[in-house]
Amino acid sequence: MDHRNYIGLVIIAVIIAFIPTLVKNDYYIGILVFTALNCLTALGLCLLMGYAGQISLGHAAFFGLGAYSTAILTVNLGWSPWIAMGAGACLTAVIALIIGVPALRLKGHYLAMATLGFGAIVNIVFVAAVGLTGGPSGISGIPQLNFLGIELNTDKSFFYFSWAVVILGLFLALNLIHSRVGRGLRAIHDSQEAASSLGVNTSKYKIKIFVLSAAYASVAGSLYASFINYIDPGPFDVMHSVLLVVMVAVGGMHNIWGAMIGAVLLSILPEFLSALSDYFGGIGIAYKSDYDMLIYGGILLVIMLFLPGGLYEGIQRLLQASRNLINRFKMRAFS
Amino acid sequence: MSSGGSFTDLLQFIFMGLQRGSIYAMVAMGFNMIYNSTGIINLAQGEFVVLGGLMMVTLTMGLNLSIPFALMITVIFVTVIGILMERFTINPVKSPTVLRLIIITVAVSILLKGVAMCFWGKESHYMRHFTGTEPFEIMGATILPQTLWIIGILLVIVVGFALFFNFTMTGKSMRACSINRDAARLAGINDRNMVMLSFALSAGIGAVAGSIITPIIQMDYARGALLGIKGFGAAVVGGLGNSFGAVVAGLLIGIVEALGGGYISTHYMDAFALLILLVVLFIRPSGIFGSREASRLKEF
Repeated sequence: MDHRNYIGLVIIAVIIAFIPTLVKNDYYIGILVFTALNCLTALGLCLLMGYAGQISLGHAAFFGLGAYSTAILTVNLGWSPWIAMGAGACLTAVIALIIGVPALRLKGHYLAMATLGFGAIVNIVFVAAVGLTGGPSGISGIPQLNFLGIELNTDKSFFYFSWAVVILGLFLALNLIHSRVGRGLRAIHDSQEAASSLGVNTSKYKIKIFVLSAAYASVAGSLYASFINYIDPGPFDVMHSVLLVVMVAVGGMHNIWGAMIGAVLLSILPEFLSALSDYFGGIGIAYKSDYDMLIYGGILLVIMLFLPGGLYEGIQRLLQASRNLINRFKMRAFS
Repeated sequence: MSSGGSFTDLLQFIFMGLQRGSIYAMVAMGFNMIYNSTGIINLAQGEFVVLGGLMMVTLTMGLNLSIPFALMITVIFVTVIGILMERFTINPVKSPTVLRLIIITVAVSILLKGVAMCFWGKESHYMRHFTGTEPFEIMGATILPQTLWIIGILLVIVVGFALFFNFTMTGKSMRACSINRDAARLAGINDRNMVMLSFALSAGIGAVAGSIITPIIQMDYARGALLGIKGFGAAVVGGLGNSFGAVVAGLLIGIVEALGGGYISTHYMDAFALLILLVVLFIRPSGIFGSREASRLKEF
């Protein structure tokens, strides 16, 4: 693995360590926990989109399967949240395998629609299977996590824990990308025919990544359930699947760091905008959460039209441009 | 009596299925139109339907316009949106990848949904029926006048498009472009205009679908995704690109859905159409009416 990636991980860890000294408000810490969970799901989705070149418009279903597994197993059966999380991830992986084997034979639009349909069906089941999922009113009283004797019962402790999981997930993903599997995946992305002619088992790789990314989403879902102690079908709808794709695409789907940038940015942007409009309340422009969708759609459209590599590519271009500028000044100074 | 009762039930479900299915058929025709001219699946197709319905609500209930006049304005309004979408988001993208195109149409759908929510709010909107709500009785089952309007308008659209694509120069040019774009261009057809026209027609047909179904389902801003995906299901079952197949498949899916909702479970009603979509995609992605040979040429 490239040493720059290790530096990136360390930088994130340092930032995370210092955030609670800067952000005192529990509400904002809570937002940053949701940001971490979005990052984790986006990481998995980015492996699928950016590295295997396959789209999934159904990842909120995997997120939801993790959350409901945790909720049902802990509340109804009294299991430990950790075992429930593992069982949820296994269940989600099996479901992803069952869906993925036929779905990943499809390409492009067909795959997009198949995953969209799958996601919609899972959401309908969450709403309709009242006996199991509690229906629209959901499940409450989900127990907290206990990590090595520490109750994760405050926003701050859960904040540290969730970001530790993100860093772990990032580390695993980076290792995967720089392994034989990762190189095979990139070959699939560029040309499936060329890759398979060189002996890369394309369908096997694609399914593996699909299952892995579903498991990432499932773990994020379990953490979500443990964090807010209550779930209903609302957050696991088709719109959330779409939003996850937006995060990955806005950040830059061809790079795992891009997905991180996108997930962080889009998770905190609405909060940032509403805080901003509170601050500038005098002007008479109030930001409402109703505008979220306009903002997301607008950003995604602009990025896709003018910067298809996402913000990551934009940042790289900026760095390159500034480097060129500095070099030019140096040349002039020495000449 | 019991056998008569169950037959009445069956008939009732079939009427309901035809009503829903007509809408899926029209959404599917919209998908096909754009797919044939560009190879793109427009994920904002359901949003055209929603915008059509909501615009109709404002014009008929808010401004109290007559139904035909309101329908005309609604179709023009949504058609313009379709043209703008093509001009500003599809046309400028040179040599796009499929993934990028999918995400662009997703972005447009989020944007349109956001616009719909800002203007019309989150609540669902009531709209008056075209000609009263006094149901007709046919062999014990009842059918709303609005359902007859829906089926009738679907027929008019199908016949209209058949005439357009077979007997007008523009329609034939569009077909030529969908068969072989390069050859069509060599023959002097402006293929870029044909793409724009396909977006216009597709948006227009979506607007009509939204306008006629709103009195029955009460439109709200968030319905687009499900309408779109069921319409896509009809397009796939009918064989993507095949308009006749789309209509038959749309009606069939509507009927299956109504029967499933009636006899199995109303809670899972929406899931039946989606299950059909998944099963067909997984087993025979060329669709039931599509030929395997033709579909081999397409990118799945």
